[in-house]
Amino acid sequence: MSDNALTPGIVAGRLDPQHLAENFTDLHPALDDHEALVAADRCYFCHDAPCITACPTDIDIPLFIRQIATGTPEAAARTILSQNILGGMCARVCPTETLCEEACVREAAEGKPVLIGRLQRYATDTLIAQGVHPFTRAAPTGRRIAVVGAGPAGLACAHRLAMHGHDVTLYDGRAKPGGLNEFGIAAYKSTDSFAAREVDWLMQIGGITLETGKRLGREVSLAGLREDFDAVFLGIGLGGVNALGLNGEDREGMRDAVDFIADLRQAGDLARLPIGRDVVVIGGGMTAVDAAVQARLLGALNVSLVYRRGRDRMNASRYEQDLATSKGVRIITNATPIAVHGNGAVREVEFEYTDDDLNPTGQRFRLAADQVFKAIGQTLEGAELPDLEGRKIAVTGAGRTSLPGVWAGGDCAAGGDDLTVTAVAQGRDAAEDIHASLTGRAS
Amino acid sequence: MADLTTNFIGITSPNPFWLASAPPTDKEYNVRRAFEAGWGGVVWKTLGEAGPPVVNVNGPRYGAIYGADRRLLGLNNIELITDRPLEVNLEEMKRVKRDWPDRTLIASLMVPVNEDAWREILHRVEDTGCDGVELNFGCPHGMSERGMGSAVGQVPEYVGQVAHWCKKHSSLPVIVKLTPNITDIRKPALAAKEGGADAVSLINTINSITSVDLDSFSPEPSIDGKGAHGGYCGPAVKPIALNMVAEIARDPATRGLPISGIGGVTTWRDAAEFMALGAGNVQVCTAAMTYGFRIVQEMISGLSQYIDDKGFASVDQLVGRAVPNVVNWQDLNLNYVAKARISQDDCIKCGRCYAACEDTSHQAIAMSPDRVFTVKDDECVACNLCVNVCPVEGCITMEPMAAGAVDPRTGEVVRREYANWTTHPNNPGRCAAE
Ligand SMILES: Cc1cc2nc3c(=O)[nH]c(=O)nc-3n(C[C@H](O)[C@H](O)[C@H](O)COP(=O)(O)OP(=O)(O)OC[C@H]3O[C@@H](n4cnc5c(N)ncnc54)[C@H](O)[C@@H]3O)c2cc1C
Ligand SMILES: Cc1cc2nc3c(=O)[nH]c(=O)nc-3n(C[C@H](O)[C@H](O)[C@H](O)COP(=O)(O)O)c2cc1C
Ligand code: SF4
Ligand code: SF4
Ligand code: SF4
Repeated sequence: MSDNALTPGIVAGRLDPQHLAENFTDLHPALDDHEALVAADRCYFCHDAPCITACPTDIDIPLFIRQIATGTPEAAARTILSQNILGGMCARVCPTETLCEEACVREAAEGKPVLIGRLQRYATDTLIAQGVHPFTRAAPTGRRIAVVGAGPAGLACAHRLAMHGHDVTLYDGRAKPGGLNEFGIAAYKSTDSFAAREVDWLMQIGGITLETGKRLGREVSLAGLREDFDAVFLGIGLGGVNALGLNGEDREGMRDAVDFIADLRQAGDLARLPIGRDVVVIGGGMTAVDAAVQARLLGALNVSLVYRRGRDRMNASRYEQDLATSKGVRIITNATPIAVHGNGAVREVEFEYTDDDLNPTGQRFRLAADQVFKAIGQTLEGAELPDLEGRKIAVTGAGRTSLPGVWAGGDCAAGGDDLTVTAVAQGRDAAEDIHASLTGRAS
Repeated sequence: MADLTTNFIGITSPNPFWLASAPPTDKEYNVRRAFEAGWGGVVWKTLGEAGPPVVNVNGPRYGAIYGADRRLLGLNNIELITDRPLEVNLEEMKRVKRDWPDRTLIASLMVPVNEDAWREILHRVEDTGCDGVELNFGCPHGMSERGMGSAVGQVPEYVGQVAHWCKKHSSLPVIVKLTPNITDIRKPALAAKEGGADAVSLINTINSITSVDLDSFSPEPSIDGKGAHGGYCGPAVKPIALNMVAEIARDPATRGLPISGIGGVTTWRDAAEFMALGAGNVQVCTAAMTYGFRIVQEMISGLSQYIDDKGFASVDQLVGRAVPNVVNWQDLNLNYVAKARISQDDCIKCGRCYAACEDTSHQAIAMSPDRVFTVKDDECVACNLCVNVCPVEGCITMEPMAAGAVDPRTGEVVRREYANWTTHPNNPGRCAAE
């Protein structure tokens, strides 16, 4: 036990460096050759395979697994990447238990799906490690397109447009590209700077000029982009966060979970990253789970994740809920925060139990907290955007917005699942639509 | 991606993967879908004479054997040639070839052994625009009892005779499909060559009974309590087919005769192996019947990656590359000494190598009380059995001994120079080294 393990408050170095390193290694370690062959062998090469239908990017899963089984993981990677250029990241972060692997017929047969995600990683890692970028650009079209946001949606869109021979300028408000791949995904899902390496590899296609530190609404305007470019794609994600609307929300120790995670992802040395002893996370999605789990992995002694509805309504999959509990996170459901207590800094959060329709029951309890992470959803930020539907950009077809020549996709666009893989699918499909409309092949 | 364009006896296909004559190629609907999936060519399901078509059984036609996880390894069938009218097949072939001019379409034929019957059918199929004909001398059941199929293929004189008639009455390239149900495959191959055939294709299916129902005592597939021997195919027959292809490719009498390799081709690797042993292209049946037409995509991507990796300019550079390395046993180098090596990092300590070697081979593997398995070099004859039974690929390897080292088993120095049985002192009939 390190000196700081029991120290109250928000302090660094609760765990020794070796312990930390162990905690933050790959959640699902890479398959070695033997494991990959054994796993690939289990695929039945189903007809009109249900796993393909379940993949938002429609990767030809049976084909790529067969290519692994026959000793050509490079060809398998091509099969994957031709549908999903961020197939490497998706292999790491997709909630496969609710996507391809849930649909796998061997899940039905034995409750043990083919390890599609890990096989996908095996194939893409092999090709990326060889430094091979398997795509080339078509003849230049002379068309110029602005892509705003270098997250999964923007990257997928930019790559596909560049492949079709268009010139792309890729703007991002942050100093680094990657979006939530770089700043949001749990550290144990993207180890060894994979997010950054993947972006470098993706950019090898050529024809994409990256402009970081350029924010729409600050350095660039949508009107200006529409003027200067033949088309604009918005993949700006959800930059804002929802507030709890409680008194004391600004007390010291209260933080947005996404900011905590971004700090963690960018931390050079996790031993120097401060974390509370008693941590409370409010929310029920992937962000909440990731914040809670990583707080535990950093050495927080008590971590509670509190969600206002029942377990079955949590956005985090059952698998992720179980991951959280296996790491020692306590999940409390049907409880709504009603007050933040403390004197300057937060000391306790008070909750009231609610029924499934969120009606208060009158039963209250308090949790000790020296750090509270709010993870109750992100929101779209920005002025002069196209028309909204609800709180996101309204789109029809492959991401067409209310403004001519402007497309949108990923988390900022209405109707998605807020997953990396759906962002990739939408970015890719918007690129195809932009390409078709610029080359006069629009439907 | 390498260009897989293949020229086989003057017939160009976008890739060397043809569907063999069988149910996958029995009708227009299938063949169109096969071409859409990417197959380079098809050999249409065997056509018979005009008139009432043959009839098939109305019960199960197939039997199978499986590997672990119910992986289909061998399939057996009692199906006959096409049971649809000749006219219907011919019209369909014509339409398909018209719409898919870049793909190969071969007509497979089986009619009684008389010149008129062959002349008649050849004239009719020529009209379809097909790229060539394949003479089915291989079907081992149903048709052979009628004096066709393997009943012809087992008599080299008939094979040569029919090949000759076909060359005489048609300008189409002629491929003779050989039956493996014969002692020496080179005999019918030579007869085909001498009859003027442009190529041989092999193998057709092997006589077989896949299993017996132990309650009804009927062989499978069972038709009303009885079973007939059928034709065996699929991954299980590949080694037999590879050997037969190699025999034809390396025999001086048949060397150079183009070969279309058939039998158990399931992946690009299988295809590449057939081609390395001399096949100019391959044909596939069971793999398509097991997994559907889409498997050709893996074959195409795998073979092109391999051709690229090897730096070959085309598939032609692969064809026959392994043939010079197929020799007779007495030509193998007896001075080559290897020893099994177990990678302790990879070993999962199952003990299968130990059981195999201790019980049935040379007692050359040691097992320590804590289950560490090591090879005893002074006992190991390098038989390879442990490699074959080890469940972990690459865990046991065969390492050649360097010249000059002492083989602890024989106490002799490993010699660099080549020496085979023909000159070995133990060989009573040895010839003196020149
Ligand atoms: C903590 C967390 C964990 C997650 N874990 C998973 C997971 O495990 N699996 C999974 O599938 N999904 C996960 N998600 C969801 C997933 O990360 C998102 O759905 C996905 O990143 C959306 O991609 P995007 O390109 O639409 O947006 P983002 O990834 O958010 O990228 C948007 C980009 O636009 C830039 N930007 C924003 N506004 C502007 C502007 N005005 N001007 C210029 N640039 C701008 C941002 O800097 C950013 O780079 C997680 C999300 C969070 C928050
Ligand atoms: C059901 C079935 C029917 C077949 N019918 C024919 C046929 O009509 N003509 C023919 O030449 N070969 C026929 N064959 C043999 C195949 O063309 C092929 O030579 C054989 O199956 C070996 O290849 P494979 O291992 O890829 O299946 C048939 C095979 C099967 C399984
Ligand atoms: S559903 Fe499962 S077994 Fe079937 S093709 Fe997909 S991964 Fe393979
Ligand atoms: S495969 Fe099709 S035709 Fe054959 S038995 Fe099954 S359902 Fe009937
Ligand atoms: S068979 Fe292979 S894995 Fe098993 S004990 Fe022997 S060397 Fe080890």
